[in-house]
Amino acid sequence: MRHLLSTRDLERPEAIGLLDVAEDMAAVQEREVKKLPTLRGKTVVNLFFEDSTRTRISFEAAAKRLSADVINFSAKGSSVSKGESLKDTAQTLQAMGADGVVIRHHASGAPQTLATSGWIDAGVVNAGDGTHEHPTQALLDAFTLRRRLHGRASRGRGLDGTRVVIVGDILHSRVARSNVWLLTTLGAEVELVGPPTLMPVDTSAWPARIGYDLDAALDEVPDAVMMLRIQAERMHAAYFPNSREYARIWGLDDARFDRLPPTTMVMHPGPMNRGLEIAARAADSPQSTVREQVANGVSVRMAALYLLLSGERGES
Amino acid sequence: MRESHLITGATLPNGERADILVQNGLIAKVGTVTDAAGATVVDGDGLIALPGLVDLHTHLREPGYEQSETVLTGTQAAAAGGFTAVFAMANTFPVADTAGVVEQEASLGRAAGYATVQPIGAVTVGLKGAELAELGAMARSRANVRVFSDDGFCVSDPLLMRRALEYVKAFDGVIAQHAQEPRLTEGAQMNEGALSGELGLTGWPAVAEESIIARDVLLAEHVGSRLHVCHVSTAGSVEVIRWAKARGIDVTAEVTPHHLLLTEDLVAGYDPRFKVNPPLRRTEDVQALRAALADGTIDIVATDHAPHPVEAKESEWDAAANGMVGLESALAVVHAAVVETGLMGWADVARVLSEAPARIGRLRGHGGALVAGSPAELTLYDPSAASAFDLDRLAGRSTNSPYLGRTLPGAVVATFHSGYPTYLDGVLRPADEVAQRAAEAREDAHG
Repeated sequence: MRHLLSTRDLERPEAIGLLDVAEDMAAVQEREVKKLPTLRGKTVVNLFFEDSTRTRISFEAAAKRLSADVINFSAKGSSVSKGESLKDTAQTLQAMGADGVVIRHHASGAPQTLATSGWIDAGVVNAGDGTHEHPTQALLDAFTLRRRLHGRASRGRGLDGTRVVIVGDILHSRVARSNVWLLTTLGAEVELVGPPTLMPVDTSAWPARIGYDLDAALDEVPDAVMMLRIQAERMHAAYFPNSREYARIWGLDDARFDRLPPTTMVMHPGPMNRGLEIAARAADSPQSTVREQVANGVSVRMAALYLLLSGERGES
Repeated sequence: MRESHLITGATLPNGERADILVQNGLIAKVGTVTDAAGATVVDGDGLIALPGLVDLHTHLREPGYEQSETVLTGTQAAAAGGFTAVFAMANTFPVADTAGVVEQEASLGRAAGYATVQPIGAVTVGLKGAELAELGAMARSRANVRVFSDDGFCVSDPLLMRRALEYVKAFDGVIAQHAQEPRLTEGAQMNEGALSGELGLTGWPAVAEESIIARDVLLAEHVGSRLHVCHVSTAGSVEVIRWAKARGIDVTAEVTPHHLLLTEDLVAGYDPRFKVNPPLRRTEDVQALRAALADGTIDIVATDHAPHPVEAKESEWDAAANGMVGLESALAVVHAAVVETGLMGWADVARVLSEAPARIGRLRGHGGALVAGSPAELTLYDPSAASAFDLDRLAGRSTNSPYLGRTLPGAVVATFHSGYPTYLDGVLRPADEVAQRAAEAREDAHG
């Protein structure tokens, strides 16, 4: 694997292979000494143009547990905020000998631009770009689903027949996009639910069902419900009237949660708005996978960095 | 006695073969020419002779953005593309919203000598959309402005648009509208549709263009004014304009070469060379625009030549500037889009790239047929010179062309402006020579 830019272009065997490597990494996490020497001498740069402490520390932990040297480059307070271009930043990292760049950027496509521009030789991992993709989040979600469903027998398996409902701001969600591609590649059925204003205008080419009625979606008893974070600023752009109405119609409140059987997983990529898109009881229930998702995130990111950076660069 | 040129055996737009004698700034004779001793012979065999092309929509960037283009380099690009006149958009710095700025642009154009530079005046002060610019002063200036546009921005305030349409009737002016509803396109990055949803780029919906055009044709009808619509990009806009014309509303419309050839699929790689406003649209839109140009619903092709420095395009998509250079490639792109596809002939090309834009812009001395006695503004085009479009074909200061590396079916061979060559045998004539010829031509005109 040369770069990890999107889940759109992951083939099923490739995706399952990555999840299997993540299983190996998870096994390492259960040992007393959590560190592997695999990436000793390699340098991984966390290039974050957007604040995201959670994602950054997850990648940092992953790289460190593989013994890579980690440099955190936050665009805030650096030359980037003074107008330095992505090109100059990339060439600076190149000159410093970065082997891998984990990039979080507010512009959709920025990781692809970085990977294909010729400015840098490093392997590029997309840690979230604009409203495009967040592939490691989808991989950790798939990993979490697979583990809950199949436990120790997960290796080599996809998510065939698994039914997942993703609820919320699909239009602006890179998590939703990456999950639609990856989960369906792995054989799952995906339904997207939210207000029509927060759906892309044309989803005819998406391998997912679109609905506006959360109760109807829950009546079909899905294997997992993934609640997306609602950004407060959406209210001001007339996407929906206010947070109370949103929570009433599209929130996983106590009444909706109580209707779910204990086998239905409740997922959230975090950080959660408790009381808005998800009630506290649902978030803290045994059905909730929120904390597992965080732990699995490190394993999945270890797997991604391992596949990108170990061995000869440039092989596919 | 100035140098005269004899173009032998060229093909006229109507398909006839003829010699063309260019003498003393005029087309002296068209037909079989035998008495042209001393004339420099240009072999026109296999070449199409067209009236000099006229671009109603060019960004020359001077004053203010000379790192992108100047009047000199922009008119050099025009000459290389077969253009003999360009209408210079008003979004310079300072904005062309006073008589002083438009007169300066016109005089820079005259001094350079590569093409007639006809300034467009801003509709509103500083393109701010708040108060009318001094439209009358610009119209009565030596720059003789007849086309007014806030291009880059839409005159979105309906009252201001109504007043502008009414006011320019006093001097036979026209408002050229950049049709883009601003609230519907906040942060817009590409055509809104299936692909924008997939790429996570904020959509620029077709309705944001169509709703403004619909409003404006109704306003033009109400006040009995002339409206021109810039860079029409959607099938729906074509339908609105077709309806307006059928109703007798005095509206004209343009389409760019890139909207006739390229589609939004090119955005998928996030390469900012393909970022332009209005954005590249769907295949269905391209087909509708071609058909509309062929049936006359769309009157002209205009380049929207928009030069940008390298750094403005070497970035992530969101941060990149909108726009493409288009003068040098326009004729070959039109050839590929509507001639090779059998929709239009060369006489139609002469209409949409020369005659009609000169008429809409009320520009004298351009756009006439190639007949004896008319001003010597003409272009020779080789329609069988298919080749990869490369940097050598670009003559302006900027290289943000979406066609680099793409095979285009033909090439401009020569351009004559005011009777002298600005581009000959596929090579730009030197700046000092062209400036000298331009000065001589002015003396002749005044002597």
